[in-house]
Amino acid sequence: MAMDAAEIEDLIRTGIPGATVEITDLAGDGDHYAARVVSESFRGMPRVRQHQAVYAALGGRMGGELHALQLTTAAPE
Amino acid sequence: MTEDTNARIDQIVKSNGIVLFMKGSPLFPQCGFSSRAVAILQHLGAEFESVDVLQDQAIRQGIKAYSDWPTIPQLYVKGEFVGGSDIMMEMYESGELAELLKTAGVITAQ
Repeated sequence: MAMDAAEIEDLIRTGIPGATVEITDLAGDGDHYAARVVSESFRGMPRVRQHQAVYAALGGRMGGELHALQLTTAAPE
Repeated sequence: MTEDTNARIDQIVKSNGIVLFMKGSPLFPQCGFSSRAVAILQHLGAEFESVDVLQDQAIRQGIKAYSDWPTIPQLYVKGEFVGGSDIMMEMYESGELAELLKTAGVITAQ
């Protein structure tokens, strides 16, 4: 089970409108990704909530078809 | 999740200063993310309890609902969910994790 980088990016952008999303395919196997998500909506939000917002955007795929997503979140500088 | 599983998790989380729910054991982690989480805690000199979710399917599923967090590992300090391995790494690099553990009294100042 693997997911396309573009698909991950679309899901996050749809779930968190206006977010800047950068996806890196870590292993080149379509299964291990890193994502950096920057959104104004994260400002003042605890990190756990920021990550939960991204997981919610991925709609339950995290931990299932998407095994490995190294996640970094931030509000714009 | 059954109430029984929820109660078991709650008991584990609240009766230990630091608990890491992980895949495998600290000596033999079964996943890169769990391995990283263990390395961070050991580097900070933290003594922690670990729960191998691969040994217990009820806990493996239950812990995800307990914290509303879809992945393992999961770190709890003084009964509070701190995050998964990415958050641990960010907090480790910024010094926040050492601060948190010191404030919680689970490690001594270095």
